[in-house]
Amino acid sequence: MNSVFIIAGREILLGIRNRWVLATTLILAALSLSLVVLGSVPTGQVGVGALDVVIVSLTSLSIFLLPLIALLIAHDAIVGEAERGTLPLLLTYPVRRWQIILGKFLGHVLILLFATIIGYSAAAVALALTGADLLQQSVLAFVIMVGSSVLLGAVFIAVGYLISALAHDRGTAAGAAIGVWLLLVLIYDMALLGGLAIDQGNTITAGTLDVLLLLNPTDVYRLFNLTHSANVGQFAGMTGLAQTAVWSQPTLLTVLVLWIIAPLALTTTVFSRKQV
Amino acid sequence: MKWAIAADKVSKQFGQLKALHEVSFALPPGELVALAGPNGAGKTTLLKLILGLLRPSGGTIEILGEDPAIGSLAARRQLGYLPENVAFNDGLTGRETLMFYARLKRQHADAALALLERVGLTAAARRRVATYSKGMRQRLGLAQALLGSPRALLLDEPTTGLDPTFRQQFYALLRELRDRGATVLLSSHALTELEGRADRIIIMKEGIIVANSTLGELRRMAQLPSRVVLTMADAMSVETAAQLAPTASMRRIKPHVLEFLCSERDKMDFVRRIVAQGTAIDDLEVIPPALDELYAHFLGPHAEA
Repeated sequence: MNSVFIIAGREILLGIRNRWVLATTLILAALSLSLVVLGSVPTGQVGVGALDVVIVSLTSLSIFLLPLIALLIAHDAIVGEAERGTLPLLLTYPVRRWQIILGKFLGHVLILLFATIIGYSAAAVALALTGADLLQQSVLAFVIMVGSSVLLGAVFIAVGYLISALAHDRGTAAGAAIGVWLLLVLIYDMALLGGLAIDQGNTITAGTLDVLLLLNPTDVYRLFNLTHSANVGQFAGMTGLAQTAVWSQPTLLTVLVLWIIAPLALTTTVFSRKQV
Repeated sequence: MKWAIAADKVSKQFGQLKALHEVSFALPPGELVALAGPNGAGKTTLLKLILGLLRPSGGTIEILGEDPAIGSLAARRQLGYLPENVAFNDGLTGRETLMFYARLKRQHADAALALLERVGLTAAARRRVATYSKGMRQRLGLAQALLGSPRALLLDEPTTGLDPTFRQQFYALLRELRDRGATVLLSSHALTELEGRADRIIIMKEGIIVANSTLGELRRMAQLPSRVVLTMADAMSVETAAQLAPTASMRRIKPHVLEFLCSERDKMDFVRRIVAQGTAIDDLEVIPPALDELYAHFLGPHAEA
């Protein structure tokens, strides 16, 4: 287990050196701060539920940005080391292959955790400084949103590793990563929506839809954040969905965790068979 | 454990390409073995199979009593490897890089720093590897391979990019390890520098081993002629010596300097006869066939497996 932490430590150090940590934190902070500025318009001077508006905005931002950042960090993790020639040497060291995967995962998730907490908290702090009244309930929702955002990032780090373990070169891995991002973040929902519109509820039942939503981690994340708080749900326009939601919060959380474990396990299997 | 590294009929195929074909050899502890052969002979493939980075298509390999494909961590802790064109993460300093590997091998930081000193990188230790020259990277690579005094050391083209002074130190380091019972297997193109350093030479060609012996044995097997160079005192002696060598081919290098090609068997006989004639010899030099010539012999078109 010690080797896992040694690998994780190196990933964090590399993340600091190649400016990933800095860049990610700055991007998330800049975008979340701009959302605060824009978000203050609809609620006006009253400021009631200001944080809830930010949560809704940040949730949408997270769905686009965090998977992208996670895939950018992760798609290179294995194939990149193989191509640069650092992997064969590492594999002759007394360290198991699953330890390498887990160590990198731990390091990358910690980088993302740091960036997300700092970046998103900047929004909450800015809001507090403007004198907006932050309801305790909203603060809790905010903390949960930040936590689940990191979880969403972790899902895509794990998916990125799988791509990295399967790809033969870095170019392919990068292409596949963008493809997966487009599919899960944009195309999946559009296709689902299109399907529903065409189908008119004939074959796709509400039950099928519920299951289909679980198959996409970004939808799981969206459901998790936009339905757990009445205030947030109201702003997100998902009140209706929240009332009919069949999936409980723990279920959604479990599915997200499964979306981390399954790709990681697959990555380890693929990586263990890899000859370098 | 009799053998430190042993291969039994090991084959490796990459698709249609037969990289190795039924390669067998066994190396005892405390031997410095050179792996020679042209590009594409299968040297790197063989090293990677021994390390367990590749799995053989057939046959078995054992290193320090373990199957490398299973890769027990205990065995790997006693293993050192320097890949061909070693690469490191450019973002870390030399010191950080070596510390990382030392931690993975459960080695003390002091040991890592001492190695950094031995390969002459102390002054550059706090610089990023990105700023290192090829020779410096190679030195760093050697330092990590030597972590934890390995009992089996596999080096792929270790001396490329090293300056002559450091080469001397490098071979001294290897001898030291070998004398402590480590098995060193190094692949190399620079055959001349292996002379007098390698205990045994394995020559590979197109995925098979064409020779596996000590240098002396290889010489006997190849039956390549030695060169006897005589510097005669006067013209008379030159004539006498020239007549004495009907079988050996002779070449006049300078007016008074003659070179004869003698087989290992005839060499002493020839020298005795020359001396017996009472010719005035100023100097006599016997040059055994160089490793490069031996190498060419074993890889030549008439070479047999």
